[in-house]
Amino acid sequence: MSNPLPWLVLLLPLLSAVVITLFLQKEPRWSAIVSVGAIVVSCLLVVDLFAEYHAAGSPLDLSVEWLRVGRLNIEFGIHLDALSMLMLLVVTGVGSAIHIYSTGYMKHDPHFSRFFACLSLFTFSMLGVVVSNNFFQMFIFWELVGVCSYLLVGFWYHKPSAADAAKKAFLSNRVGDFGFLTGIILVWATVGTLNFVGIKEQLVKNPDVFDTVWTAAGLLIFCGAVGKSAQFPLHVWLPDAMEGPTPVSALIHAATMVAAGVYMLCRVFFFFNPVALHVIGWIGGITALMAALIAVQQDDIKRILAYSTLSQLGYMVMAVGLGAPPAAMFHLTTHACFKALLFLGAGSVIHAVSDEQNIWKMGRLKEKMPITYWTFLAATLALCGLWPLSGSFSKDAILDAAYQHSMTLFAVGVFVAFLTTFYMFRLFFVVFLGKAKSDLTSHAHESPPVMTGPLIVLAIASVAAGFFGIAQYVTPQFFAQAEIAPVFAPLAPFKESPWPAFLGLAAFFVGLAAAWGLYGKAESDPLPASFAEVCVVLRRKFYFDEIYAELIALTQDALAQCADAVDYFGIKLFVRLIHGFTELTGRGLRLLQTGNLQTYALLVAAGIALVLYFMMQH
Amino acid sequence: MNPVGLQDYLVVSVLLFSLGLLGVIVRRNVLVIYMALELMLNAANLALVAFSRYNDNLDGQVVVFFIITVAASEVAVGLALIVALYRRRQTTHVEDLTTLKL
Repeated sequence: MSNPLPWLVLLLPLLSAVVITLFLQKEPRWSAIVSVGAIVVSCLLVVDLFAEYHAAGSPLDLSVEWLRVGRLNIEFGIHLDALSMLMLLVVTGVGSAIHIYSTGYMKHDPHFSRFFACLSLFTFSMLGVVVSNNFFQMFIFWELVGVCSYLLVGFWYHKPSAADAAKKAFLSNRVGDFGFLTGIILVWATVGTLNFVGIKEQLVKNPDVFDTVWTAAGLLIFCGAVGKSAQFPLHVWLPDAMEGPTPVSALIHAATMVAAGVYMLCRVFFFFNPVALHVIGWIGGITALMAALIAVQQDDIKRILAYSTLSQLGYMVMAVGLGAPPAAMFHLTTHACFKALLFLGAGSVIHAVSDEQNIWKMGRLKEKMPITYWTFLAATLALCGLWPLSGSFSKDAILDAAYQHSMTLFAVGVFVAFLTTFYMFRLFFVVFLGKAKSDLTSHAHESPPVMTGPLIVLAIASVAAGFFGIAQYVTPQFFAQAEIAPVFAPLAPFKESPWPAFLGLAAFFVGLAAAWGLYGKAESDPLPASFAEVCVVLRRKFYFDEIYAELIALTQDALAQCADAVDYFGIKLFVRLIHGFTELTGRGLRLLQTGNLQTYALLVAAGIALVLYFMMQH
Repeated sequence: MNPVGLQDYLVVSVLLFSLGLLGVIVRRNVLVIYMALELMLNAANLALVAFSRYNDNLDGQVVVFFIITVAASEVAVGLALIVALYRRRQTTHVEDLTTLKL
């Protein structure tokens, strides 16, 4: 523990959560100050660490032995390298903006203090995931972020939909985490260590250490990411998780927690063999495409953004699968900025129109909320990948990776880019332009500075995050001999790989034109009229919820019937047998209990005589 | 004629005990059964005193005093019970007293 700084970064938010829970429940002002203060100080410390790490140039590994059970040695450690430094910056930076925004957004909530306690606890858990140097510690924090997500999605637990959504999120994650835990156990059984560096060393020393279970181990570990990053087929929880307060959606379900899966995949990227990577790539591609298609026909502003998040997470996972984790991390970073901004902007809009979330009841908000309008536009353009905003570079990196490895996935990627622009500008045109579609918009007003401030900061980040060579920064982490490209090169994509770059840009313009044509002045959605069947399927989200409900009911019924059969033929029969035997014996013995004193006396005397007789014999 | 020995006392004691036991088993009246029980106690007393006398050990006689004391209190309680039982059931025959509940 030579350097206390990293520990401080990790423990400040925890301290804040504890203090708020124990002492500040009735002091909303102070709990906000404590919580925001903790994360801002953490953020500043991270910046300082970043500089320190950059000067040192080598990974920093702090760890203390936590417990030792037989061969299993569990450490509690902090591992700081390019990857975790980048992620720390994202979590504390975006987190700070969202914390500050929340003080405005949640102002009138009676459970203000509880909200900030949960946010701080979440920040602590997320930082824990990021700095983990071994699987075990990561799993613990992994579960902790799940708990925080549960608490915050179900923050308004008196609403049944919120309580249900929280349960759904938790249970879906359970499924993924079961695989994750199994994978961790498999890794430990094979390699004998859970430390990331240790596993890597073992793999370098003996590439065949996993033998035939390598693919299985990789896919089981990937299961964890499927749950946490809401990939197909466990994506169903993320859209429902939008029941939570909007800052929560921004922080947990857009910027940080759902990205934890992608981060974990990058952290153990060395671990996946080509088969596992192939599966990962396709799962990502399928998720990206499916979510983008569903987003086209959603009407709830937060749900559109949720499906957009799903789709972008699919992109990142696809990038990992295509062997381009730097691109995934790059997109994760830029996405954290602009998607958090989009959610916060949506929150600002929702606030302005009296908590209405249906985009078809908004409209013409451009003049009433100029700051929200402009920042939302910046985020939308960044997400859709208009050069030279941040999203274009990160998306281009992913498309480039797809272009080099798989033409099918490249086609999927470009199509998703088109869809992204289409549904985002559908949202944008309907909410901010066009005619006002209900009276709710008449008294809309711009949000207070405490909410617009973070919007502006995030907007600047969304516009500029592409210029700093984030991908190049983390590349040495994955590929030892990689060339370090020049850091500031806004035109590089077009020179080095023109096809992905130009096709991505073309997809943007086609999507923009299509959205303008259909929704520029629309009063209601024109699509269901012309493509009724398709739209119904998309509106019902490909019937995933229904199919799952049906499947679960089926499994449950089958299991119940099995249990019933076992109960009837196994347990009941056995119990009946014992019962019958006992009853029969009882009936027999009852004949002796006459109640007559003299019979008893005779029996006692006879007994004593018998005993005496036998004793005298010897 | 031989002097009276330990065996003679023991024979008398056994006879008394057997008579008592027989009384307990065959008589119907609770009061009589009770008296037969006392007979058995005293048979034991006789055996104890005889052993004590012939073994030159006073322990047996001490035990006998105890038994007599306990028997006295037992009589007090037992007779009271029998009287109470009779008042309640108007009978002292064991065949009619086969249940624990009153």
